[in-house]
Amino acid sequence: MRKLLGLAVLVGGPLYLRRRREAGRERVQLHFDDGSSVTLADDAPDAQPLLALARRAL
Amino acid sequence: MRAAIGEELGDGLRKRATHVGSIVWPVDVASALADLTEISSQVEAAVVVDAEGAVLASTIAEEPGTERLAVAGLALLEAATSRFGTSVRTVLQLEAALREGSIFVAREGGLAIVARTSAAPSSGLVLYDLRTCLRAAAEAEQKKPKPRSRRAKKTETADA
Repeated sequence: MRKLLGLAVLVGGPLYLRRRREAGRERVQLHFDDGSSVTLADDAPDAQPLLALARRAL
Repeated sequence: MRAAIGEELGDGLRKRATHVGSIVWPVDVASALADLTEISSQVEAAVVVDAEGAVLASTIAEEPGTERLAVAGLALLEAATSRFGTSVRTVLQLEAALREGSIFVAREGGLAIVARTSAAPSSGLVLYDLRTCLRAAAEAEQKKPKPRSRRAKKTETADA
């Protein structure tokens, strides 16, 4: 049981931390009419002008 | 003694039409927005605009706030379309996630909706709710009676 718990923490911990870190990051997600989508992280050069426009709306 | 059914309904309808802070008149689009804010607790404010960018309804009572959200949202959609859209694909909806909150823009059937949410929302759910609202608003706009053209009337008279 202790081994199982250790394994869960070992696998789930980094995943949880990564998800939390990503949730806190600014990003832009675009969805197209053909079903495709693009995600721009905040360090992508194309994301900055879009994030600046979004900031104006908040 | 209670009021007649018609009077009760009339009161209900009047309440429904005014409980949204709509700055413009199309009640049905405003009702669609009211339903959206009722369903989605994450949506703080939303604006529906037509193809020309004119505001059809808003949940923000003040006009400057409505204008700011609508203009920034449409500019966002335009910038994303000009940068990433091609002849075969166009941006249908987008989410700009900031630390303070998110901005969502979706378009369909000649209408667009711009919404502001709290930070880290459930993107999929919000987008689904926005599309549902947009569909209801587009339906309401289609059902709206169109003003009669005077020119057509004159032609009829001339023909007679």
